[in-house]
Amino acid sequence: MSTTESVPPDAETITAAQVRHVAKLARLALSEPELETMRVQLSRILGHVASLDALDVADVPPTSHAVPLDAALREDVVRDSLPRRELLAAAPATEAGAFAVPKVLEGDA
Amino acid sequence: MSAAEITGLGVVALAEKVQRGELRAVEVAQAFLDRIAHLDAGVGAFLHVDGEGALAHAAGVDRLAPEARRALPLAGVPVAIKDNLCTRGVPTTCASKILAGWVPPYDAHAVERLRAAGATLVGKTNMDEFAMGSSNENSAFWPVRNPWDRTRAPGGSSGGSAAATAAAFAAASLGSDTGGSVRQPGAFCGVAAIKPTYGRISRYGLIAFASSLDQIGPFARTTRDAARVLGVIAGHDPRDATSVAREVPDYEAECGQPLAGMRIGVVREALGEGVEPAVRAAIEAALEVYRALGCAIVDVALPHAHHAVATYYLIAPAECSSNLARFDGMRFGLRSPGADLAETYGRTRAEGFGPEVKRRIMLGTYALSAGYYDAFYVKAQKARTLIARDYDAAFATCDAVLTPTSPTVAFALGEKTSDPLAMYLADIFTLPPSLAGLPAANVACGFSPEGLPIGLQLVTRAFDEPGLVRLADGYERASGFAGRRPADPAKGKG
Repeated sequence: MSTTESVPPDAETITAAQVRHVAKLARLALSEPELETMRVQLSRILGHVASLDALDVADVPPTSHAVPLDAALREDVVRDSLPRRELLAAAPATEAGAFAVPKVLEGDA
Repeated sequence: MSAAEITGLGVVALAEKVQRGELRAVEVAQAFLDRIAHLDAGVGAFLHVDGEGALAHAAGVDRLAPEARRALPLAGVPVAIKDNLCTRGVPTTCASKILAGWVPPYDAHAVERLRAAGATLVGKTNMDEFAMGSSNENSAFWPVRNPWDRTRAPGGSSGGSAAATAAAFAAASLGSDTGGSVRQPGAFCGVAAIKPTYGRISRYGLIAFASSLDQIGPFARTTRDAARVLGVIAGHDPRDATSVAREVPDYEAECGQPLAGMRIGVVREALGEGVEPAVRAAIEAALEVYRALGCAIVDVALPHAHHAVATYYLIAPAECSSNLARFDGMRFGLRSPGADLAETYGRTRAEGFGPEVKRRIMLGTYALSAGYYDAFYVKAQKARTLIARDYDAAFATCDAVLTPTSPTVAFALGEKTSDPLAMYLADIFTLPPSLAGLPAANVACGFSPEGLPIGLQLVTRAFDEPGLVRLADGYERASGFAGRRPADPAKGKG
């Protein structure tokens, strides 16, 4: 539980092309300087994360939730939903009682 | 009773006076609202103060028949709410530009419970954007100043809530804790803070950061006061599938109970290198207090705990990158139009999110992307298993594990902002119990030579909040550190 772990010299690094690809996957339009800062910072963080390679976890099951969970079942009953007017009040754009969004599909479909 | 006397009272004392009709809820609300209006400009704890709503709800409590009012455990008690908990009709922003001005159409479960228990909700508190940070400097609006020294950070991410309680802007507050965001600001601001077991409190209406780790937790100036709030907000809620259907014990009844025979586990490495000398000395003194109260002090080992930072900073960003996909500018919040849908998404998110949120989304997206999923995410989930097993083994010989909450006292504003990894490494003591889903508390245990609060962290078995409260409260009664308050900040902007 030491608080002074340093980044190993052979830190996992991430390339400019990888950062650009990840930004695209994450739908973040980052500027060139932001991409470069991100590359340096992510490399450093991933370098620290690489310390997990020292663990032998071949026979260890993964934990997705710390507290064991059963499937949560409930009666299938009809309940009121929130009023449409209130939900649409927070939308950036609405039209005819619906969310107005940029065109998703090309053509007239 | 003067306004200064009223705002000096804690949760249990205020509720009792309002229940008995010795104080009116409106008078209590006004005293706290006036204090916020006069002094919060120097702290920056609130993003939104809801004076009108607070006074209207308090007036409703005052109108109740005396017997109905007496049944309210938080009658007239002013509570501040972290700005990632939805409040119907009151802006909720997660301290992010992407949600600026958003007004939720519903209350979070914990907020509903507080209102029903008679609490007066005074406002929404500042935080690190989307609860990502350890200093509150990641707020898109302004940083919070530590009421004990306004050049220092209040901790994070629930820094506004911790500062609001420390400065007596509210008798209690709610925060959320994913990797220490209730406990660490509790330590930096010298207030009691409880992160309950994962599943103990419904997350319905808590805007998600990392869903397998997020828990709501209360702050108050004493553990007994925090236990009262915990008892109100804990319990099953079918709207959160991870909320646990388990009876809620009487936490407050644990206060004042003897500690003799309880076993405190100490991790020796947690008092070693990297821990500030004043923090180490305070923890060692606290162990003496426990010994004098009849507790046995035993050594325990958490051999995988030093992997917690690496584990957490894969799991939490992975979950965050998925959860924050919903902020796409379509149904709520900011939209920054582009030439097509993809460009609109990209611009909206680039303009709406701050640097730390972007960094975590990027890290999480990378860890979940093709080719890296097993090497990073699954590996971290396996490390998480090992960290949880360490606690199982430790609890065979002890009832609670005690460490510092933070290796240092509150650091200076600006000190760590340029180095994200250094900021992450300071979470070393709060991350392991979060990954294991265990209940944990911060308890004020002294002051550094420069007068800054020091906190100890107690961790107990899953759902052993009663043991946690008993140990925290027993220490507070014996040591006298809890409930101390900083001098009032000067009026006006700091």
